Amino acid sequence: MLLALGASPVEGFSAMFDGAFGSGSRIAATAVKATPLILVGAGITIAFRTNVINIGGESQIIAGALLSTVVALNLPDLPAILLVPAVLMAGLIGGGIAGAIPGALKAYASVNEILSTIMLNLVMVRFMNYLLRGPLIDPYEMEAGTRIPQTQRLSDNAMLPNLIDGTRLHLGVPVAIVAAVGAYLLLWRTPTGFRLRAVGHSADAARAAGINVERNITLALALSGSLAGIAGAILVFGSEGQRMVTDGSATGFTGSAGFNGIVAALFGGLHPLWTVPSAILFGALLTGATQLQRVLQVPAALAVALNGIVVIFVVSSTPARAWIQKSLTDAGLFNRRSDSGTKGPGPSRLGAGDLPDSSEGSGDV
Amino acid sequence: MSDFFTLSVLVATAASGIRLATPYLLASLGETVGQRSGVLNLGVDGVMLLSAFFSYWVVLETGNLWLAVLVGVIVGLVMGLLYGFITVVLNATQGISGIGIYIFGLGLSGLLFRRQVGTPKPVRRLPNVDIPVLSDIPHLGAALFQRNLLTYLAFLLVPATVLLLGRTTFGLNIRSVGENPGAADSLGVSVERTRFAAILIANSMAGLAGAALVLQLGIFQPNLTQGMGFIAVALVYFGAWRPVGVMSGALLYGLVNATVLQWKALGIIPVNGSDLAAMAPAVLTILALVILARRVSAPAALTRPFTRH
Amino acid sequence: MRSEQRLLEMNGITKVFPGVVANDSIDFDVRYGEVHTLLGENGAGKSTLVKILFGLYQSDEGSIRLRGDPTEITSPSEAIAARIGMIHQHFMLVPTLTVAENVALGTASTRRPFTDLDLVSERVAEISRQHGLAVDPSVEVRRLAVGERQRVEIVKALYRDVELLVLDEPTAVLTPGEVDDLFVILRRMADSGHGLIFISHKLREVMSLSDRITVLQNGRVVGTTTPAETNREELAQMMVGRSVNLTPHKPKREPGEVRLEVASLTVQGDREGVSVDQIDLQVRSGEILGVAGVSGNGQRELAEAIAGLRSIEAGGSIRIDGIDVTNENVRARRDRGLGFISEERMKDGAIAEFTVAENLLLLEHGSKKFTKRGMFAFGAINQHCEKLVEDFAVKTPSIETPTSSLSGGNIQKVILARELSAKPKVLLACQPTRGVDIGATEYIHNLLIEQRDLGTAMLLISEDLDEVLGLADRIAVMYEGRIVGIVPTGEASRSRIGLMMAGVPEQEARNGP
Repeated sequence: MLLALGASPVEGFSAMFDGAFGSGSRIAATAVKATPLILVGAGITIAFRTNVINIGGESQIIAGALLSTVVALNLPDLPAILLVPAVLMAGLIGGGIAGAIPGALKAYASVNEILSTIMLNLVMVRFMNYLLRGPLIDPYEMEAGTRIPQTQRLSDNAMLPNLIDGTRLHLGVPVAIVAAVGAYLLLWRTPTGFRLRAVGHSADAARAAGINVERNITLALALSGSLAGIAGAILVFGSEGQRMVTDGSATGFTGSAGFNGIVAALFGGLHPLWTVPSAILFGALLTGATQLQRVLQVPAALAVALNGIVVIFVVSSTPARAWIQKSLTDAGLFNRRSDSGTKGPGPSRLGAGDLPDSSEGSGDV
Repeated sequence: MSDFFTLSVLVATAASGIRLATPYLLASLGETVGQRSGVLNLGVDGVMLLSAFFSYWVVLETGNLWLAVLVGVIVGLVMGLLYGFITVVLNATQGISGIGIYIFGLGLSGLLFRRQVGTPKPVRRLPNVDIPVLSDIPHLGAALFQRNLLTYLAFLLVPATVLLLGRTTFGLNIRSVGENPGAADSLGVSVERTRFAAILIANSMAGLAGAALVLQLGIFQPNLTQGMGFIAVALVYFGAWRPVGVMSGALLYGLVNATVLQWKALGIIPVNGSDLAAMAPAVLTILALVILARRVSAPAALTRPFTRH
Repeated sequence: MRSEQRLLEMNGITKVFPGVVANDSIDFDVRYGEVHTLLGENGAGKSTLVKILFGLYQSDEGSIRLRGDPTEITSPSEAIAARIGMIHQHFMLVPTLTVAENVALGTASTRRPFTDLDLVSERVAEISRQHGLAVDPSVEVRRLAVGERQRVEIVKALYRDVELLVLDEPTAVLTPGEVDDLFVILRRMADSGHGLIFISHKLREVMSLSDRITVLQNGRVVGTTTPAETNREELAQMMVGRSVNLTPHKPKREPGEVRLEVASLTVQGDREGVSVDQIDLQVRSGEILGVAGVSGNGQRELAEAIAGLRSIEAGGSIRIDGIDVTNENVRARRDRGLGFISEERMKDGAIAEFTVAENLLLLEHGSKKFTKRGMFAFGAINQHCEKLVEDFAVKTPSIETPTSSLSGGNIQKVILARELSAKPKVLLACQPTRGVDIGATEYIHNLLIEQRDLGTAMLLISEDLDEVLGLADRIAVMYEGRIVGIVPTGEASRSRIGLMMAGVPEQEARNGP
């Protein structure tokens, strides 16, 4: 594609690499860019392990951002040590609700979650535009008449503290990594995660063993959403502009983090820990793309298209990757937990000597 | 509000509704065929965006509307080849691979537009073609029979799809492959080929839908569809996987959109409510999904890749 | 009658899958006009062999001759073209299509590209008459009962003019009476020159229908014989490689108090109408109440209702140890001491992708025994699971093995280990040895009797009449959602129960043929 646009691929890649990792501040920028992806991606893995496909990252990010912004607007004088956790919490709750709605719809009303999460994406973007042009708009904008959809400058106390002076590396980065680790521990080390995975593999068997399938499906989407919601809060309170702002387009606020997070998760084999390096790679891609634009006069929209290609590539390579993972597992390099590989829909394989699933014969309607 | 309920306004709204329904209908019909064979294609929106862009560009450069339509279909076909390869040959997870196509289509169409065109320029639109005699019927004639050729095509494709699915061998194969591919396979029906063909049909129609959208509007901008492709997928559920049901859903959507536009024009919806009003289709979809979810059942093998062990 | 030319010859067939030799140098032949049975346990290789014949698999070594000519069959279409037909154990029917559409699927239409279903329906009606197979071409298959669906499968094969027909465990879903009817049809087909390959593990039927019997064990042919030259015990021994006790030893026991009581239980089915109709049952501690009946008469719904997976109509009640659990969910009933072995182990008994340990933990994963500060304590877990695997003789490389790698019998043992180690007061066991090989079946039967002797009240629902006769203290027969009669096992005979399974009320059955 680079060739088609009249640039040299080698120059292109080196520009991107330089852009992503070329200096301390650039590495920090990459990490910051990766942060929402880690969070969304980790959330996606939780949902996916419960056999729920969450395409609603965009709406959950927005919901979390909105709720945390409202909190910051209403409690500007709270000391930072309280306000920062408060806004993060608000993000968690906002995103959690945005996830719980399609979760409950799937669990209790059998509504396909892919469609409902996509619809909610569309709804939330419009809702955000409405709020940022209306009730939440910066009063100065109203006066100035420019009507940029953004809030006023938010309280300094709410901003995420920088960890290394001179860089943009803020608290959000370790929060994201902790969240990813937490997701891993939840899924494989706790009874709650056990139940989620059980439901994900076989809702029927889980139900027969006394597990409340509906509650767990809702929980999975709620958890997934809350992680994305935290990402939303981080996008606002880690931003340079110190306000919530969009350009009116569908991805004006999120920067497609909701979709990119899905890609990162996929590329990480839908395992929370592997999502971290995968997200960093994508953060690099995106940070590097800006450099690409500067150096080679190639529009940043290329990155978006590249994104799509990567998704397709990743998804098509799933069988190849599954084979790679299997070989690695056999060689003892992977976690011994058997279901840590990718899982796709499809009949479960039965061992030799077993009768095939008798679902055709008896489960007839 | 009383302005709205005058006959001429209502007729104009109905006409507009039918026109607006056209891309929904085309995309949905195609998706129906695909889903009946067991394949979920979530990338419809992306395909529509790509075909819309290319159709637009063709008209911009050549002024030839029908060439543009043809190009739109070809774009759909090419995307269908890609999606068919991913889904049937590589057996990828369908929901997510579809989203990949969406992201790709969204990004590429936006990229190409910015590079090749820059700022939106209006182009020729599809002309209305009056059907003799029928279009003279008072009121109804104006609404139904003074539409453009693609609209007529879309509605003609409804009985065509019914015929295809119900009365041809290919249709029988599609239906069986979507419900019990193992049974079809055991009788010598090629699941792969049937699904691949269905995917090509679905994507070509999505391509046609994109062309219809842009040629009816007469202009292109990035993310022109604003999620229309996803609604088209949802319409398949509404229509319980039957072409006639899908048609009613598409008409409903067209009419809702037309009504919202009319209300804005009449001032019934204030300017700053326009974002909220734009939410209407999506909210409607969710509501309808909730209401209908219990009553309909999907093709049993939908989204399940098929492998003969 | 039989002739000496072979319809089918398979020589030296070998097929290897990763980790297992499914077929090892198998020689197998079928004459015109004979019923040749392939007998063997699950995993013995019978399914693999016929799948090779039908083009679903390709053999690694060996050759096939059809009607004397060497043939290669690489797909089901080629098999069909060679006039080979297969009636699969799990019906290959598309439920939403009509009978005629199902029959026509895969065949060329005379009005290409359009279908010619009217002509198909006529032919179906003709075949129907000719062979005594009553089917209505215009009905959607999903409305048909299981026995009818099987007839559709046979019509499908006859429509395609098969000469060699393979039947894979066709009797699993039939009453003893229907089995007899089926055998009449098959015998007629054989007599008119067709060759039939009959796959079964039901020794009684095999002895009754076969002209020749070939026994497979672990992918190899153990021997070929005829019913005249052998008996059930010998066949079982050939299948397993050691002598097997076909009837479990069951000491007499005095039952205690009522543990499970079901009254006026009515349950809605998935199709229209009621599938369980006003059932009353009591099961006492230390007794096994067997529920016999052909599948599809409400047994599944009854089990689901008792387990808490299906709601019941108002007026009915379920009591465990005297406590009304009618409105309690699955978890609550488990806590009251209900154990449940479901009839489809891979659907709701065990989770294929989970390890053996995780499946063993499915009931008690939240228990304080296994968690420390909210997280799993793997030391305690592993200890518990290793012990269970040992106690229940589960053959598995380790407790971390994915359960899907185990054989059916071992998976069933895992499920039993999990349920029984929770010390249930009431055990609901459905088809506990379905698809399980003879060796494991023996083991499981002994296990169930042991459990009964420990005081558990057991409701055993099984379509395998031998199993019910062997294990149960009392037998209730279910037909069309009702209990047709309850008989102490001592007074039950196969014919009597068989009649009841077909709907004949108890009184008449007693005086029956």
